[in-house]
Amino acid sequence: MNMNEIQEEIIAEFEVFDDWLDKYNYLIDLSNDLPIMDPRYKTNEYLINGCQSKVWLRADLVDGKIRFTADSDAIITKGIVSLLIRVLSERDPAEIMDTDLVFIDRIGLRENLSPTRSNGLLSMVKQMKLYALAYKTKMAQQ
Amino acid sequence: MDFDVEKIRQDFPLLSQKVHGHPIVYFDNGATTQKPRQVIETVRRYYEEENASIHRGVHFLSERSTETYEKAREKVRKYINAASTNEVIFTSGTTGSINALAFSFGEKHLGPGTEVIITEMEHHSNIVPWQMVCERKGAKLKVVPFNEKGELVMAEFKKLLSDKTRIVAVTQISNSLGTINPVKEIIRLAHKSEVPVLVDGAQAIPHESIDVRDLDADFYAFSGHKAYGPNGIGVLYGKEKLLYDLPPYQGGGDMVDCVSFEKTTYDQLPFKFEAGTMNYIGAAGLATALDYISGIGLDRIREYEKYLLEYATMKLMTVSGLEIYGNAAEKISTISFLMDGIHPYDAGMVLDKLGIAVRTGTHCTQPVMDHFKITGTLRASMAFYNTTGEIDRLHAGLHRVREMFG
Repeated sequence: MNMNEIQEEIIAEFEVFDDWLDKYNYLIDLSNDLPIMDPRYKTNEYLINGCQSKVWLRADLVDGKIRFTADSDAIITKGIVSLLIRVLSERDPAEIMDTDLVFIDRIGLRENLSPTRSNGLLSMVKQMKLYALAYKTKMAQQ
Repeated sequence: MDFDVEKIRQDFPLLSQKVHGHPIVYFDNGATTQKPRQVIETVRRYYEEENASIHRGVHFLSERSTETYEKAREKVRKYINAASTNEVIFTSGTTGSINALAFSFGEKHLGPGTEVIITEMEHHSNIVPWQMVCERKGAKLKVVPFNEKGELVMAEFKKLLSDKTRIVAVTQISNSLGTINPVKEIIRLAHKSEVPVLVDGAQAIPHESIDVRDLDADFYAFSGHKAYGPNGIGVLYGKEKLLYDLPPYQGGGDMVDCVSFEKTTYDQLPFKFEAGTMNYIGAAGLATALDYISGIGLDRIREYEKYLLEYATMKLMTVSGLEIYGNAAEKISTISFLMDGIHPYDAGMVLDKLGIAVRTGTHCTQPVMDHFKITGTLRASMAFYNTTGEIDRLHAGLHRVREMFG
């Protein structure tokens, strides 16, 4: 599936919920599915500090694709992190840079990516795109 | 109890709205309070009927506007029992007041070898301006710690007071712990060493009756928006003889006597500290808000809010794994708490969807969080328009949070 198809898939998964707390319960489930981040990477080097919750993000280039690993200290934030990883991880850097993350808005979580929320998610998306740019530049030089 | 909260609630239009399908429970009064119709009406009427810039025009509206503004100053003077309106400076809020004072006071009195005393429970607004001025002037910042209950360690304060101390800046009430500090005693001790005291009254103004002369406070800062008044208006009170000696904080129109390119002389108090077009409409709204509070009566407000605090504390203690931060003997109706193993942000997100507005995070008091070695709390800060029914909703909401996050 390409990135847009995955986004459509996520939108369809969330469409069944008409209660907010059911959406949150689903995010809690998703947070449990996120692969555990190696604790030695949960350091300041990988920390994206939000005032409200913390996010750790790491990016590796594996066979020309970026593999993101991440974690958060808040569970709902972690659930959203897992969605971002599902869409953006294991992709070409160029693809990551060009993708518009429409699903966030469509499943009603846009407020979680507002600059005022300071939960680290907006910075995380920016950081993911920056990693993509950095790896794209690096690959072009090789 | 003789307190008709339902009648009072009718004065606050915002409180009748629904959020995510639930009637709103507004427990974020420590951040800002909602406004009664009377305040909204003052602001609306001002724009519709009176708006004109103050102190400058000779025309009818400008004079009327000036009169309203100066009446607001008199209202504030009376409310805090200042000796003269020369001692009441309008600012943009508590932060504006403290920055103004820190700058002016620092220019005049701080330098290498001098010290400023603050406390561990200050809001960032009463830390950072002093840090900035200390850095600029080569002065040192000293910090009075608090104990596990969230009360200042007065013995430490006494030790820190010295002949190097130039000013003490202390909050009357902690915004994150709810502690009411013994400011009168702090002022008495500081004055024994001939040190002036600034009281940060941001949290005190909606809850306590303030008498700056009884406290013998040298400076007192507060915001209108935390006391049911409009945003963007605040007050810096200062004893006249102290303000007289301080240089102005900002230059501009209205604060000057004579301006030439060679030399500018400044206007008298309080105008020396009011550069530019002041928020006269905010000042009028603040005056109405203070009237509103007086109308209910601070004694009755205190009594009712104490009842809310006791009810909420008792109710929250029954939630398993819930810990309250800040258990001072003297407290306002603000409760900071955490639920064992649950991130405050997660809890706050769920409560929001249940229509309950609490604050989550550090509440601009990171040193307080560091003291307890936590990253943040949930804070329910209640006002006189809140009800025990709303506390029951919070209680039920927290049970829901517990179910969801285990």
